[in-house]
Amino acid sequence: MSEYSEHEVQREVTELETRSATAARLFDIRRVIGGLFALYGVIMTIAGLMASDAAIDKAVGVNINLWTGLGMLLLGLFFLVWLKLRPTTPPTADADTPADDEKPTR
Amino acid sequence: MQTPTYLASALRLPTNGLDYAILGIYFAVVLGIGFAARRSVKTSLDFFLSGRSLPAWITGLAFISANLAATEILGMAANSAQYGAYTVHWYWIGAIPAMVFLGLVMMPFYYGSKVRSVPEFLLLRFDKSAHLLSSILFAFAAILVAGVNLYALALVVEALLGWPQWVAIVVAGFFVLAYITIGGLSSAIYNEVLQFFVILAALIPITVLSLKKVGGWDGLTDSLAKSHGDDFVTAWGGTGIGSANPLGANWLTIVLGLGFVLSFGYWTTNFAEVQRALSAKNLSAAKRTPLIAAFPKIFIVFLVMIPGLAAAVLVPKIGTSASDLQYNDAIPYLMQELLPNGVLGIAVTGLLAAFMAGMAANISSFNTVFTTDIWAKYVAKDREDSYYVRFGRLITAIGVLASMGTAFLASSFSNIMSYLQTLFSFFNVPMFVVFIIGMFWKRASMKSGFWGLLAGTTAAMVNYFVIYKQGIIDIPTDQGANFVSAIAGFVAGAVVMVAVSLFTEPKPVAELQGLVYGTRSPGMAEPPSAGDDAWYRKPALLGWGAVVLAAACYIPFSF
Repeated sequence: MSEYSEHEVQREVTELETRSATAARLFDIRRVIGGLFALYGVIMTIAGLMASDAAIDKAVGVNINLWTGLGMLLLGLFFLVWLKLRPTTPPTADADTPADDEKPTR
Repeated sequence: MQTPTYLASALRLPTNGLDYAILGIYFAVVLGIGFAARRSVKTSLDFFLSGRSLPAWITGLAFISANLAATEILGMAANSAQYGAYTVHWYWIGAIPAMVFLGLVMMPFYYGSKVRSVPEFLLLRFDKSAHLLSSILFAFAAILVAGVNLYALALVVEALLGWPQWVAIVVAGFFVLAYITIGGLSSAIYNEVLQFFVILAALIPITVLSLKKVGGWDGLTDSLAKSHGDDFVTAWGGTGIGSANPLGANWLTIVLGLGFVLSFGYWTTNFAEVQRALSAKNLSAAKRTPLIAAFPKIFIVFLVMIPGLAAAVLVPKIGTSASDLQYNDAIPYLMQELLPNGVLGIAVTGLLAAFMAGMAANISSFNTVFTTDIWAKYVAKDREDSYYVRFGRLITAIGVLASMGTAFLASSFSNIMSYLQTLFSFFNVPMFVVFIIGMFWKRASMKSGFWGLLAGTTAAMVNYFVIYKQGIIDIPTDQGANFVSAIAGFVAGAVVMVAVSLFTEPKPVAELQGLVYGTRSPGMAEPPSAGDDAWYRKPALLGWGAVVLAAACYIPFSF
């Protein structure tokens, strides 16, 4: 009976790890979170500044759009600043060669 | 009990163009992440496990986000409206200890052995029959749970926006299908991280406004103590053995059933969660994944419990036949009552994001198990790697279609959380017992894994369908029954494993290196990478810090 051994799994995964492209090519999510929240923050803050009395009454007297907007804007800026201060460390040079870019398209 | 689908018109939200713009931007970003992640998918390891290369803060937030699905948002608010402050047990005792245990004790074996899935670990530790059974059980459970999320999403979208259920199911299914098929696990994880923040942005305004509406925390607890009794706002009141309480469980079943068996089963062996940690870039990051997730988990309970309790004050008859509203409607009801356009759009987006995160977590773990554990090991072996990437994409599509079918199964339960816990008691608990015994007892034999898994699953199902549903033993609530099923499954699995081990051959010690407590595999010897020795990155400190914090949170709810 040929059981799958631990060594086999480790060899397979180790081999795949050397060919993996994620570390070299995956974009930085901080840019997306920062961008989206900054955009949402601006939209919501504007909505808050133009809030009608009815909207404020509905939200138990709180201008909730304004506060949520400012909060989201801050979070978005936090991610963008973090990205600026600590950019992604570039991957090791041998990890990615543009030549082998023949990814199968489905 | 009528199904919640009848509520459609009662909860319709006054959405406008602003809300839809917010929702539209979000869906565009979700797809954009999928397409942008596509160029990083080169091998099957990239597609199924992000090449084991993500940093800990990303895998940690994805870990919590995969859990922050329908279960959390609607289910836990429903739980709070129905059972009161007992909901905190699902977090502080029912999650934190297990998450810390996963990070500190189990992760070296999972990550160090380089397995790609939870069933693959069972293959190494036990044998092929245990592996195949656990793979099939997991694949089946993942589709059921993905269906729960899809159903909950359809329900909410129908009630809130007025879209027919099938439209919501098809649209949400399509988005999940698209971004996982294109970008693989990286896309799923990145979307989960984004979803985490959107969900917070949705829940915080609801919590703040609902608390203000009922007169602050004191107003909330005073009203509930008057209408539901003092025990409703405490964590342990009325949980003495033999005394009655809304949950239908005593402290022993809470601690053993929820705190130990159900929670350890879910957090430590549910591959939809563990997969996030396995995609981390090194052992230190893998260990920190559940520990980083533990801190938001401690506090998220307030964002779902407070709205649930507030709903119980504002609609005293919620969940009974005297009201149109089910427990599951607590949050949608508050959105309708309190949120103006703008925040309303954020809240709708957050809810949809939560459902898609929960569904995507299950689909992305399903495709991994089905491809690497079932297809590549028993059906189409030794093909070239690109074949498995293509197959993974195909099975993702099939999984999404299947979960659309299972969405309708979920509709027969009025408390979604109860349904999920029922599924977990069937599928996760037996897996956990096999794991824990296999990991800590060298003598557990190769054959014992399969029989333990089978016995545990059978016992949990028999307890639920025969002993509870047929009324042989009187258990007051579904949740109470789940706790008992979990304990029954655990005990049956453990007894059978020990018995089988005593009569069958143990696995040779040489094949157990790095799989059993007290041994080390070569992969675990790798030195920590630069910066991982900072004090705030020490797993032990993070882990014990979370445990102490969770215990401290109990203090104000215990007297």
